[in-house]
Amino acid sequence: MTEPDLLQPLLLAISEADSSPRMVEAVEKLSQARLEAAIPNLIAILGYNNPGAAVAAVEGLISLGKPAVMPLLELLDGYNYGARAWGLRALAGIGDPKAIDLLLDAAANDFALSVRRAAARGLGTIHWEELAPEEIAPAQSKVIEVLLQVSQDHEWVVRYAAITGLQELAIASIISNPDLTRQILVHFDRLVESDDNIAVIARIWLAQKEIQDYITEILSQQPELEPQLEIDWQQTLEKLYARKRREQPRPEGDPHKFRDLAAAIVKGDL
Amino acid sequence: MDDELSTQTDEPLTTAQAIANLSSQDLGLRKYAAWWLGKFRIEDPAAIPGLIAALKDEEDRTPEGGYPLRRSAARALGKLKDWQAVPPLIECLQCSDFYVREAAAQSLETLGDPSCIPPLVEMLAAAISDGRLLPQGEDFSQPYDSIVEALGTLGATDAVPLIQPFLEHPIPRVKYAALRAMYQLTQDNVYGDRLTQALTVSDLQVRRALLSDLGAIGYLPAAVPISKAHAENSLKLIALKGILEAQITLSPFDRLSDGAVQVMQLMDELL
Repeated sequence: MTEPDLLQPLLLAISEADSSPRMVEAVEKLSQARLEAAIPNLIAILGYNNPGAAVAAVEGLISLGKPAVMPLLELLDGYNYGARAWGLRALAGIGDPKAIDLLLDAAANDFALSVRRAAARGLGTIHWEELAPEEIAPAQSKVIEVLLQVSQDHEWVVRYAAITGLQELAIASIISNPDLTRQILVHFDRLVESDDNIAVIARIWLAQKEIQDYITEILSQQPELEPQLEIDWQQTLEKLYARKRREQPRPEGDPHKFRDLAAAIVKGDL
Repeated sequence: MDDELSTQTDEPLTTAQAIANLSSQDLGLRKYAAWWLGKFRIEDPAAIPGLIAALKDEEDRTPEGGYPLRRSAARALGKLKDWQAVPPLIECLQCSDFYVREAAAQSLETLGDPSCIPPLVEMLAAAISDGRLLPQGEDFSQPYDSIVEALGTLGATDAVPLIQPFLEHPIPRVKYAALRAMYQLTQDNVYGDRLTQALTVSDLQVRRALLSDLGAIGYLPAAVPISKAHAENSLKLIALKGILEAQITLSPFDRLSDGAVQVMQLMDELL
């Protein structure tokens, strides 16, 4: 059977759904079929004002991945804010860097808080490795600029989402761009003092811990290191940073560079 | 429910103007001023006497005999954190207008002064005989949901025997209010679990109210069911925020308790 043959009965089930649970069920089936031909239909479902159906459609779009990105970018513009938030969530789940500009604009400027929060989250889940190496640093510096700004949004949930975005960015850039990680950690220290919302503060604590755990984990993966070594991660990052400025340039993101450095630092070789 | 649209106002008001408007000849301006002072939480002591006076208004009446200005004033006073309002709000519990009584009970809940417990308890006692609901209790002749919720929030543990019969109330929102209060007053998970199970009921309005209840009582075992409920993510996030805050308050020396981390992981997925 061709895709259109498979698609027709699934779409029929959606148009005949006479209750909210049936609609959700029909959309789940359409999503699970993973048909590229269904992309416009899945996007249309985001505007039905049925949260269960929208969740299923977002999952379907994420599982289809890249082919859904351009249609999402083209069709999202001008949709109602509910649909826009779901569409941004789908783009965030796919992580395609082509969505960066849309996410940046939505996170900073959209009037709807559900759109701003989805975009702020999505800026943290971009698959950086899909960009050309020379494009990564400029794109990340645009993203951090917007996320630092959004982390002071007047809505707590948007600030919360920005913290998650900053956490992911800090982790993604530890090897290639520790400058950025440091900037984010310094910003977290300041935010945790100034924010008055306990949920946001707790999320900053968690972000600090996740970043710390990640650094510790990378370092502990070195077989030549003693397993139970206490690592002061903030100081470690500081040393990495200082060392990076002195050393000869190597390709950005080369994990060997980081491994050598980490080993050297922990052995007290600096 | 729409949390996105900014408030639209007919005309911009200043605090001084709003307070002055409380005694305006124009009933519309008076009611708008009362609403506005509450909406923007204008905690100006000068606003209180005018709002308290509005609780006795006789001019603004609906065809059915309701008191719209009294309702607005009673709601506003609940948001302004001034305990001077407590005795006049207690008097409002006797008002002939159901919605004035309801607004008064809700505002007494948010103000948190325990002196309102006896009159609220009395209202429940009138609907109960031998530990069972009387017919007038089943008729919802009083705002039982708001009364019961207030007693739960105020920690009125002595009211437990009077709240218990409302667990069988035919109106779901009264029943859920009773579950919520019973959990708050006994910390028994039986009640929290029953409230959580109700999240699978079909009515979206009821689900929304339950989300807000579970967030308000910070019921950790509800976190996963909340994240899976069929409702807007915005509402689920607010409910989970309530649970997260309760986790942090419960364990002030463990900044990242297992419960808090679990709730945040669920919240991340809903952003």
